[in-house]
Amino acid sequence: MMNKTSMIYVHIPFCVKKCDYCDFTSFVCNEESKRAYFESLYRQIEIESESVENLSIDSVFVGGGTPSSVNEKYIYKLFEKLRDRFSVSDDPEITIEVNPGTVIKEKLSVYKEAGINRISIGLQSTDDAELKLLSRVHDYEGFLHSYELVRNAGFENVNIDIMSALPTQTRSSYLNTLKRVVSLKPAHISAYSLIIEEGTPFYERYKDGKDLPDEETDREMYHDTKAFLKENGYERYEISNYAKPGFECKHNMGYWTRKPYLGFGIAAASFYDENRYLMHSDLKRYIEGDFEKEVTKLSKDDAMAEFMFLGLRLTSGVSKKKFEETFSLSIYDVYAKEIAELTKEGLLIDEKEVLYLTDFGLDVSNVAMAKFLK
Amino acid sequence: MNRDHIRNFCIIAHIDHGKSTLADRIIEMTGLLTSREMQAQVLDNMDLERERGITIKAQTVRTVYKARNGEEYIFNLIDTPGHVDFNYEVSRSLAACDGAILVVDAAQGIEAQTLANVYLALDHDLDVFPVINKIDLPSAEPDKVAREIEDVIGIEAMDAPRISAKNGINIEEVLEAIVEKVPAPVGDPDAPLQALIFDSLYDSYKGVIIFVRIKNGTVGKGTPIKMMATGATAEVVEVGYFGAGQFIPCDELSAGMVGYITASIKNVRDTAVGDTVTNAEHPCKEPLPGYKKVQSMVYCGVYPADGAKYPDLRDALEKLQLNDASLFYEPETSVALGFGFRCGFLGLLHLEIIQERLEREYNLDLVTTAPGVVYRVHKTNGEMIELTNPTNLPDPSEIDYMEEPVVNAEIMVTKEFVGSIMELCQQRRGRYVSMEYLDESRALIKYVLPLNEIIYDFFDALKSRSRGYASFDYDLKGYEKSELVKLDILINREEVDALSFIVFKESAYERGRKMCEKLKEEIPRHLFEIPIQAAVGGKVIARETVKAMRKDVLAKCYGGDITRKKKLLEKQKEGKKRMRQVGNVEVPQKAFMSVLKLDDE
Repeated sequence: MMNKTSMIYVHIPFCVKKCDYCDFTSFVCNEESKRAYFESLYRQIEIESESVENLSIDSVFVGGGTPSSVNEKYIYKLFEKLRDRFSVSDDPEITIEVNPGTVIKEKLSVYKEAGINRISIGLQSTDDAELKLLSRVHDYEGFLHSYELVRNAGFENVNIDIMSALPTQTRSSYLNTLKRVVSLKPAHISAYSLIIEEGTPFYERYKDGKDLPDEETDREMYHDTKAFLKENGYERYEISNYAKPGFECKHNMGYWTRKPYLGFGIAAASFYDENRYLMHSDLKRYIEGDFEKEVTKLSKDDAMAEFMFLGLRLTSGVSKKKFEETFSLSIYDVYAKEIAELTKEGLLIDEKEVLYLTDFGLDVSNVAMAKFLK
Repeated sequence: MNRDHIRNFCIIAHIDHGKSTLADRIIEMTGLLTSREMQAQVLDNMDLERERGITIKAQTVRTVYKARNGEEYIFNLIDTPGHVDFNYEVSRSLAACDGAILVVDAAQGIEAQTLANVYLALDHDLDVFPVINKIDLPSAEPDKVAREIEDVIGIEAMDAPRISAKNGINIEEVLEAIVEKVPAPVGDPDAPLQALIFDSLYDSYKGVIIFVRIKNGTVGKGTPIKMMATGATAEVVEVGYFGAGQFIPCDELSAGMVGYITASIKNVRDTAVGDTVTNAEHPCKEPLPGYKKVQSMVYCGVYPADGAKYPDLRDALEKLQLNDASLFYEPETSVALGFGFRCGFLGLLHLEIIQERLEREYNLDLVTTAPGVVYRVHKTNGEMIELTNPTNLPDPSEIDYMEEPVVNAEIMVTKEFVGSIMELCQQRRGRYVSMEYLDESRALIKYVLPLNEIIYDFFDALKSRSRGYASFDYDLKGYEKSELVKLDILINREEVDALSFIVFKESAYERGRKMCEKLKEEIPRHLFEIPIQAAVGGKVIARETVKAMRKDVLAKCYGGDITRKKKLLEKQKEGKKRMRQVGNVEVPQKAFMSVLKLDDE
């Protein structure tokens, strides 16, 4: 079937405790459920790898939830299974997400042994009061301890997740978080602006905007992130992602350049043969071996829209040549009007070979991206 | 049947006092046909009618009652619309009757609408007899209410039937009272035809079905008829009367009878309510009195939310008008809303009914502009224009003066609310006329009010200020000179024609400010700042600003779940489709209508 490089995403839906702002698929579960989940996960990999051949995997991302909250032997076996069923390229990027307080030396060395070479740590803030409001299980001290363990275990490629626009956060407390994170010299920083999602305890608590930084402050934080990180050698390469040169997350880039990926586990998305798939989020059904996915078939219009609204998340933008190669149409045949409008509004820059969003365009990227939907 | 055995009557009541329940009881306790008719083969005809699925619009119905004296009487119960918007229709229905049953709630007593309807009935020389309903309620005070009827209205009420229509108590007393107290119709069946049209309805098989009361003469199949006011002529195809839920054809209708006529008439506008039907070859000398041309009191713009649905809206209005001669419409164009119609209604309730029917029955999504009344603009050159659309207001320099319609309003309210109701009327530019106490606890307050002050929410305000106790009735008094201005709304410095309206000069600032505030809430942020201004004669009197959008970004990627992201973008895009473009600003459809609800706060 496929004869090209592909990525793999594995979803581990377990946490020590669910954070009040989180709307990802994750649960607090007993050991038996975890064991059963991994059994199902291995089975899904076995079954579904049957139908794909000649696949060269160059990136694996184990996300969650908190993958580090489960026993490392499950993770080790996961990679045994993956290597057994897929061929992995020579220099793959293999990431696992961890949370402070869930990593110990032994676990990290098992990760290393399993081939993992990139660690993403969820910090969110270095301010203990803010962490408490987020109902995180760790404080800043706890994070430092975990971070040191990770570095000492020999992981060079480490990402730290931080968030702005948190309840009670001020511009200076956020700047302090930025400073402390930079002083730790991670290779990669993901800086998100908190989204109050419906259905979370945060929604009930903050839907009226009380205690949240006002829009003005929110924007200042956002712009501080870019300026401060740039001063310290981190380039913004995507709306919320910053990296030292050469350390851009391949997996992340793959999503925005429409690289195929296979997803395993509940709520995991997959993309191949111009179809998007989404596994259900029902843990019980999954454990019982129900691997039914919702399929969205992409038309050419859909594919072109995706090419645009995903590609424009990257600061490097979209390549006009690549568009033409992919769709056998000039980008202007399809989007001349949209490009002209966005350029006029100051959201988009139309250069010789590429189109990319301005800083303001990135701030209001939904406005720009929605235009490319037909 | 002999005219002596016919009773033509209606039921008048305040809303919820039990008019339709009593009507149902009367129909239940009487028969459909006389014994003689049962022997004839009318049933076959009826089946045919049933197959065609014709149903009678109004609750007008003919029943047969076998009275205690052993004789059969024909009851024609004529329906009257229950709202002040339809006052003229009510008056025509009353004119078709010889008597009226006044239903009064034993707990609530007399209300403003009761009074208004009784006076209207007495004006038409109807014999009115009261019935006290809901005697089964714990709070019922039938003696007190009977006294009240005698004191306030001045009709005998001590021997009034005391009933519960709901529980079927003492209904027979009502039936006997109809026989005794409603006079038999008079009229000469051999005189030239003179029939009053009190309603009509369009049927796709028969054309217009005219509801008539024959005052003089006789009409049957083949009679050439003429509508005296509209001049329309036709030949009668069928006549008949109203069974409960069906039309029952008969040979002829003669003086004193109530029934229907069909004559292959294509348009209800030819059969205006109040017009007189006569024999085209042997016409009567003069038409029956009281005919008025229907006039729209309230106008508004009606636009399809989706511009492509314009032809659908036009077809729907055409169809509605087949059955509703009081609906007026003409095409108009708005810069903001595109192609639509300026529609005229009898009142706000009528407007709401039509709007709802367009949306429900014809599945249309509508944008309506603020309803307004008909202003008279007297120009300096002596010309007078009747203004139904604010955008057509001439340049102020060409205007000598303007007039607005005013109404005589009667409000009935219990003592403790008199103060707050008078305050409300004052606020609405009312002119105090009089106040009288009907009894120790209730007062009847009379005001002259500008119509445009009561078409929006006056009734609601009245109810909330009197905890629901006030009742209200009005009729058009005429036109009065007034200081009026056109208030324009500018969005991002562009005037939005669909938002302009005429307002009393001194209220302009207040309304302008509220409009701006409301629009600020409704218009989403754009990439740029949007000033919203209210202006009179080019001078800005109020302003609000929709701040520029600073952020609209969704950074998370949910483990590569692109479909979710795309759905969010689609939702955003979908939302934009429901907007109207005003210059470079996208205004939600909702904004055009939300400004109608300025006084909610």
